[in-house]
Amino acid sequence: MTDLIEQVKNGQRRAIARLISRVENDESAARDAITKLYPLTGNSHVIGITGPPGSGKSTLVNELTKEIRSRHHQVGIIAVDPSSPFTGGALLGDRVRMMDLAGDDGLFIRSMASRGSLGGLARTTGDVVKILDAAGFDIILVETVGAGQAEVDIASTAHTTLVIETPGMGDEIQSIKAGILEIADIMVVNKADRPNADRVVRALKAMLRMGKGYKSTGITHHHGKVMDIEEMASNPVDNGLVWEVPVFESIASEGVGISPIVDTISAHKEYLLKSGEWELRERTRSQKEIKALLTTRLMRQLNYSVTQAEHDKLIGAVARREIDPYSAVDKLFQQLKDSG
Amino acid sequence: MMKERRIRVLIAKPGLDGHDRGAKVVARALRDAGMEIIYTGLRQTPEMIVEAALQEDVDIIGLSILSGAHMELTRRLFDLLNDRNMSDIPVFLGGIIPNDDIPELKELGIAEVFGPGTNSEVIVRRIEEVVLGDRSN
Repeated sequence: MTDLIEQVKNGQRRAIARLISRVENDESAARDAITKLYPLTGNSHVIGITGPPGSGKSTLVNELTKEIRSRHHQVGIIAVDPSSPFTGGALLGDRVRMMDLAGDDGLFIRSMASRGSLGGLARTTGDVVKILDAAGFDIILVETVGAGQAEVDIASTAHTTLVIETPGMGDEIQSIKAGILEIADIMVVNKADRPNADRVVRALKAMLRMGKGYKSTGITHHHGKVMDIEEMASNPVDNGLVWEVPVFESIASEGVGISPIVDTISAHKEYLLKSGEWELRERTRSQKEIKALLTTRLMRQLNYSVTQAEHDKLIGAVARREIDPYSAVDKLFQQLKDSG
Repeated sequence: MMKERRIRVLIAKPGLDGHDRGAKVVARALRDAGMEIIYTGLRQTPEMIVEAALQEDVDIIGLSILSGAHMELTRRLFDLLNDRNMSDIPVFLGGIIPNDDIPELKELGIAEVFGPGTNSEVIVRRIEEVVLGDRSN
């Protein structure tokens, strides 16, 4: 394991691949690896790509990567696809759209199955990001599972989130619903050669205008900093402190519209660093990571301190209405506390 | 501590024939058996297959070949796997493979050949045997 970690630090590709598997499969290995690698992380710009199934995420990742590679960055790609909730199996097909990228030593592509996680990523995606970060990839693209409205984990994993939409996915009301549109730093209307692409762009721009000035507080609200909404709204462009979410059109399958998106990804990184938002996002990510690990640990402690029989007894009692669910939890929580 | 080991399989189609129905059927059967399948699509070179196998850290590689070029493609693949110290990864074949060629393919290192009409349960069981017998971690 220690050898493997040393080899990852030197960027050895098979070691990177092996360590990723260990981290995916085995929690104690993950703990060991991340403890040792964490001091080396924090140098990558992590970019999330999310959007509905079939919107062209993988094709866009393929094109963005070609453009980013032409600018001499080392690129790591993590492509997440769903695991079957029934068998646990998964068909990971994102590489099919990334064939152009074969034979490039400045690039590493890894497919991940979501393994039961519901937020659009796998439980260990954040750890895999850290491995690629420590191995020296300066840009990491994370493609989520096909996401609809609630799969927003990517926003706290990535520094810059691209939300992909396509024409024909629904009327304008879709774009004002809560969910993934709120996490966009950059919006891309892909398949822009299809009918009504301009209408989708207009609807998105209108939606974003409604949120003007709020957006920055929207971000900072997500990320835990309190700002005066009135002040932001009356002063929307304050020393570049406000990021106005741009809407791009692309035809990824033909490589059209890619270069301006990559320019804007770089501009967003600059904005994050200058505005102090980068630090805020790192704090949010840290907070969520700690919370997730702590939750797991507490649940394990609970399973350890309460026997399955006791647990089942309480479940039965609640089902028969002998005790209410709140009081049942009081009992469980007391046992957890007593177990120290 | 939580452990979740899943068999990872690369399913690839080397060569120039354009039919991947068989490959997709096998991929789906393996998925339904709880494995994680990395499907790479048509017209893969042996170089692309080895690169994908390395990055994805797969436990086993499955090739579907209908073009008749299985001898050349298999030889090239094993050369590349050897060059990269990856000869520990087992490889199985599917597609149209004449019976007469099977002994030589096995000699080269092919773990198993599944011809047309092979029951998918047989494929699943054999892959589990090969992988779980091969790599215990």
